[in-house]
Amino acid sequence: MSKIIVVTSGKGGVGKTTTSAAFATGLALRGIPTVVIDFDVGLRNLDLVMGCERRVVYDFINIINGEGNLNQALIKDRRVDSLYILPASQTRNKDALTLKGVAKVLEALKKRFEYIICDSPAGIEHGAIMAMYFADEALIITNPEVSSVRDSDRIVGMLASKTRRAVQDMAPVKEYLLLTRYSAKRVENGDMLSVDDVTDILALPMLGIIPESESVLHASNSGTPITLDNESDAGMAYLDVVARFLGEDPPVRKKKSLFSRLIGR
Amino acid sequence: MSFLHYFIKEEGPSSALIAKERLQIIVAHERRQRDGAVTTQLDRILPQLQQEILDVVKKYMKIGNEDVKINVEQEGKYEVLELNIILPENELKLRHKKVHET
Ligand SMILES: Nc1ncnc2c1ncn2[C@@H]1O[C@H](COP(=O)(O)OP(=O)(O)O)[C@@H](O)[C@H]1O
Ligand SMILES: [Mg+2]
Repeated sequence: MSKIIVVTSGKGGVGKTTTSAAFATGLALRGIPTVVIDFDVGLRNLDLVMGCERRVVYDFINIINGEGNLNQALIKDRRVDSLYILPASQTRNKDALTLKGVAKVLEALKKRFEYIICDSPAGIEHGAIMAMYFADEALIITNPEVSSVRDSDRIVGMLASKTRRAVQDMAPVKEYLLLTRYSAKRVENGDMLSVDDVTDILALPMLGIIPESESVLHASNSGTPITLDNESDAGMAYLDVVARFLGEDPPVRKKKSLFSRLIGR
Repeated sequence: MSFLHYFIKEEGPSSALIAKERLQIIVAHERRQRDGAVTTQLDRILPQLQQEILDVVKKYMKIGNEDVKINVEQEGKYEVLELNIILPENELKLRHKKVHET
């Protein structure tokens, strides 16, 4: 049974696209057929982060409008075998996404992929709703900062009321919290909300903590998902997130990972 | 930790603590609003309503997916459903004829 996972947050610039790329790549590295879809119509960026921007021919909206077929639009990653990218349209706007169109594309993708990762646009409007509507699970990307935490709580409210699972009275969307751009040092200094602070407020199961890291910038500069840089702190943290998501208990890393230090293992 | 740092800490709570307390209050408040709101009933059917309106309008004229906009606004104690359909200029008659022929 394939699963649809939305990567969402409300607030922009918190790391949704970085996470979508890293998480999808991490799953595909395990040999699991995975596709990552850019729902940020008009502000496409996943292609850049994945390093396939020059290979985009057809996009998500073209497929919805029947202007091309899915196989033409899917971009196969050149580094990881079972990884595909469905880019967003750059010339349209988010309103061009329809419930029916998205449903049609997702149904077709379900036949080929085990995990379908939906990179949500920022905001709480149409585009964000389209990205979350069919989700089975959600990664809620939060930065340890007041506006991000507040927006995440709003998104939790929307997941519980505006998704297909909510509307059709099915089991609720399974939610995970991913705390990104975390700086242990600033927490120590009392300048930044801690993991405990954020989990106290949001009361969501914690999937992982991604440190604020230079390596993320370098990775995006070169169009490499950060999980392909398994030397970097952020890359390792994302690989641990994937392991935890798959129900594994990732071993404590030599240089103790931030997560295990923080949960005191 | 430097002496200076220690000294500053003595002055009052850290900014992270202030942030947490403010968040706890506002988040709790917004959750209460959310839970009590009648809005959710109308709000949750919005995506489907929009899709169905789009389907109906498309039967009669050629419009893009983005030409049907729908929104719920709270005005005092009333909810206002705002529907905006952008019609194409010359398509209306043409499509209408076709529908009747078939
Ligand atoms: N862990 C991190 N450390 C440092 N920079 C990060 C991290 N995560 C994301 N960024 C940077 O933050 C910016 C916004 O990230 P992005 O993934 O595009 O966010 P969103 O999709 O939520 O708008 C990018 O410049 C990205 O490189
Ligand atoms: Mg993004």
